[in-house]
This record gives sequence, structure tokens and C-alpha cells, in this order.
Amino acid sequence: MRLIDRREFLLAGGATAAAAVVAGVPLSFAEDDAGGRSLQFAWAFRNVVGEAVPEEAQVTLDLPEIAENGNTVPYKIEVESPMTEADHVKKLHLLSTANPQAAVATFHFTPQSGKAAVAGRMRLAKTQDVVAVAETSGGKFLMGKRNVKVVIGGCGNE
Amino acid sequence: MAAKARIKLPESAKIGEIIEVKALISHVMETGNRKDGQGNPIARNIIHTFTATFAGNPVFSAEFGSGISANPFIAFFMTVPGPGEFELTWIDDQGVKTVERAPLKVG
Repeated sequence: MRLIDRREFLLAGGATAAAAVVAGVPLSFAEDDAGGRSLQFAWAFRNVVGEAVPEEAQVTLDLPEIAENGNTVPYKIEVESPMTEADHVKKLHLLSTANPQAAVATFHFTPQSGKAAVAGRMRLAKTQDVVAVAETSGGKFLMGKRNVKVVIGGCGNE
Repeated sequence: MAAKARIKLPESAKIGEIIEVKALISHVMETGNRKDGQGNPIARNIIHTFTATFAGNPVFSAEFGSGISANPFIAFFMTVPGPGEFELTWIDDQGVKTVERAPLKVG
């Protein structure tokens, strides 16, 4: 018996819709799924990238390693890009892998933005990976992720 | 209830310089996941859309979900094209629209 890769698995055609969604998540995710990535996240991720497999490059997430209070966790995201008319970051998606709602925010840039960077504060229900996916004007997907340990969960779902 | 919003810009900027714009608004950002004392769900009320224009041109915008903290803070960048005014708009689930303007000194 040989191991089949993701692409073959998808092409196998026998996959159910749900399995295809989970398979759409890069292998590096599937492997640490014990970390509790939600199906919500799998859907949100799939919704952003479709069939594409984003390259894990050029996206830097700056988040605390340990967040005392999950209600307000500061984030800073920057995507390396020339930000010219011909080559710029159009969208940046901020996703949570374990919140009740996975899609945290979508940011839209223009060449006028100068820099594909954004900062704010987010809620984290529990310890999890935070994922950022950038979409370039050329239709390329880039991504970055960062694990945050949450001491007191936010989201108001307790 | 019109929310209170603030915009922070550099004192002055040069044409071609990349500046950071910081904006803050007071808002509950009710997630819709919580229940009241009687166990009834509390309706979601979040700011779902934020837009920023400069001299009438779109610079940056964002859609927020319930994972954005209360009193949302946002910081973004812009290459200064010349003198002009920022117009920042926040819209929440109850249709409340808050608009705040700030002129940029270019010298």
C-alpha cells in the first residue's frame, strides 16, 4: 500500500464534500489538527482560497505568544509586496482556527496603501493558531500563521 | 446611537511618504454568541464595515466579524499623494453609520 498525496486524493473523486473541505486545508494543518482546528475554519479557509494551496511565505503575523485576556489580543500583520499597480496585495484575510466564527476580518488594500500592513485587536476563544491569507493582484495566495496561548478566553461564548 | 470615533495622523507628511493612520471607535461589538440572564440569545451587533478614503479616493477598507474586539482599533498605511482629507466610515448591524474626517497637513 502506498500513501496518496492530497492532490491524488482530491482527484480520486470519491471524496465527499466535507472530506474535500478538510483536504483543502494544507497538510501542515491536517497534521496538527489535534490542536483543535474547527470545521468552521476549514470552511472559511476553503472559502478564501478555493482550490489553491497558498504558499507559506511573505506574510508575517505579530501576535503575543501568550495572551492573558482573549477578549483583546493585539495583532499586526504585514505582507511583503511592492504595492505597485501591477503587483500588490488586494486582500488579506484574518482567520481563527478555534473561535465560534472563523472569519475574523478581511482587509482590502489598494496601491495607494503603500504597505500591505494592518494592526488591530482580536478575540481568541482559546489557545489556537491564527492564520492570515493574502491574495495578490496576480491571483496568488500567500499565508502565515502563529500560535497564541490564551489564558482567559474571549468571544463571550462562555 | 452615534459612536465616538477618533483618528490619529502624523503632525505633517511629505508627498510620497508612507504614513500610518490609526482609528478607534467605541462600540460594544456584541458577538451574537452570548445569552442574557434569562437564557435568551443577545442579538449580534458589530461594526461589519470600515472604509477609508483620502481626497475622495479609496485607500483601505475592512469587513469585520465577531472576532474583532470591542471598541475596534485599526491601523493602516497610505502613500501620501498630496494634500487632502481622510474620511473614515464605520457601519454596524443596526445600520448606525459613523463618519469621521481628518485633514492631513502636507508640507
